[in-house]
Amino acid sequence: MADVIEVGAARGDAPPPAANAARRAASAGRTRRATPYLFLAPYLVLFGVFGLLPIVLGLWLSVHQWDFQLPNRPFVGLDNYKQLFSSDSAIYGDWWQSVRATAIFTVLSVPLLVVVPLGLALLLNRSFPGRTFFRAVYFAPYVLGVAVIGLLWRFLLDANLGLVNRLLGVVGLPSDTPWVTNMPWAWISLVGVTVWWTSGFNAVIYLAGLQDISPELYEAARVDGANAWQRFRNVTLPGLRPVLLFVITTTVLASANMFGQSFLITQGTPGTETRTVVWFIVEEGLRNNNAGRAAAMSIVFALLLAVVSIANFRLFRYRED
Amino acid sequence: MTTPTPTTDGSGSGLRRVGLYTTLVALALIFLVPLVWMVITSLKTYTAAQQIPPSWLPNPIAGYGYEQILNNSANPVLRWFLNSMVAATLHALLVLVTASMAAYSLARLRFRGRGVTFALVVGTLFIPPTSLLIPNFLIVDQLNWIDTLAVIVVPGAASAFGVFFLRQFFLSLPNELEEAATLDGANQWQIFYKVVLPLSKPALATLAVLSFLTNWNDFLWPIFVLFSPEKLTLPPGLGLLQGSYVTDYPVIMAGAVLASVPVLILFVLAQRHIIQGVSRSGLKG
Repeated sequence: MADVIEVGAARGDAPPPAANAARRAASAGRTRRATPYLFLAPYLVLFGVFGLLPIVLGLWLSVHQWDFQLPNRPFVGLDNYKQLFSSDSAIYGDWWQSVRATAIFTVLSVPLLVVVPLGLALLLNRSFPGRTFFRAVYFAPYVLGVAVIGLLWRFLLDANLGLVNRLLGVVGLPSDTPWVTNMPWAWISLVGVTVWWTSGFNAVIYLAGLQDISPELYEAARVDGANAWQRFRNVTLPGLRPVLLFVITTTVLASANMFGQSFLITQGTPGTETRTVVWFIVEEGLRNNNAGRAAAMSIVFALLLAVVSIANFRLFRYRED
Repeated sequence: MTTPTPTTDGSGSGLRRVGLYTTLVALALIFLVPLVWMVITSLKTYTAAQQIPPSWLPNPIAGYGYEQILNNSANPVLRWFLNSMVAATLHALLVLVTASMAAYSLARLRFRGRGVTFALVVGTLFIPPTSLLIPNFLIVDQLNWIDTLAVIVVPGAASAFGVFFLRQFFLSLPNELEEAATLDGANQWQIFYKVVLPLSKPALATLAVLSFLTNWNDFLWPIFVLFSPEKLTLPPGLGLLQGSYVTDYPVIMAGAVLASVPVLILFVLAQRHIIQGVSRSGLKG
């Protein structure tokens, strides 16, 4: 593990102690001491300005009334936070509606985004001709951006011209479902599109995990007379536990940060019911010129997500005992 | 019949094999038909795209959608395409240079503050980037970067993921090579440049491709930091396109095809690297 190169200046095995050589070694040592920091410098400049500074600035903004258009940006203490939690503030309703929208989307999408890719991975974990091809096909939508996915599905889900209703009509199902404009269809659409778009990603992570499970465990289970379901339950699932934890945590975060799908596909409709937290934060901060309050929302949101992630870890560790 | 993977029970039976392929093909259709429909629609005329029921083949094949977006000065799609190409390329290069140097230092050099630096970098992986959006906007505003190329290229290049990913890879390289190079009188820069980087080509390629894809597809950040029509990248441009051609689907789909083709080509070429990169980033370490 300690595979690290010694770059200390004065080492016991330094070259012969001739005065010249020693001086040269000392000067080389000085530059070499600086070397690790020189390697880090370009990254640390970027990281400092766009990684650490925003964290500090965000905290600072959140305790100020920060309007882009006003010269005065007074300190307001915890006011920005209080408004989010007191029902008589002007923003309370819209803020919690966006939290609710995000929660609904997360609760609906995460189970599917955990289970469907697992099914795909189990299917693709068999060895058969064409496996690489199918793996690539299922992964392909993920490499497209949300802008493309959004426009494409807005079109496919169009109540009149969309392919989805056409195909449903062909097989004799209702062909006039308002997929993007009415409830509960808007949520079904957003979740469905997200599952279609990102399942391949989680499937690939599961596949890597499945390949790490020792074949002997399956052999042993088979010898003991375990059927397919029992082998899945007692060998596959326990073997996948760390991978499952990773998939659930990252998927919850990704779903909670959903923005592009509802911005482009349902456009927040009906009303503002599908307007998510991220959307609301940028709107408040950049459209309504209220960066202070938006920063406070970002921090509350980040803390909420942290609590969910920690709970997730706890739950898994508890189950392990 | 025995097969190398443990979960292949029964794949020998012909009936099961038929069932397997039926499932695989049905799923493949679900994943591919929307993409195929995008291409088909982009080749239709406006009237053909409005037709109910829609036809599966564009007849005649029309260049209408592409003509509209390539000859329209209000929506300079070609310009957006070039902007995206330049930004994503520069972004990927910047990530490669900064992350590989930092990762080398953190993986293979010993210095005061290494542990703290690494912890700090990894710690930010857990902060949702969207919660830093507003402060980052103020920072690029202060730098006068709004509506410039730099605002798309630089801020996201502080890639904690890139550093973490490359560090894991560098840690796995054998020490002997460096020791031999040191005996030959190579300094750290030479070891980095002539020994470590050439050995890390697969990891570097993976990171380059993933960075390019992320930047090419980024939507949320550009829509808030780019304003002038000629400065936009493709994703916010596509949004604009939808606004001006509300139901003219051949035009919108032509734009979507243009935005998809480079990343789909990249995906086909680097498929194995991307998929390995994704699974590795998720699991190890």
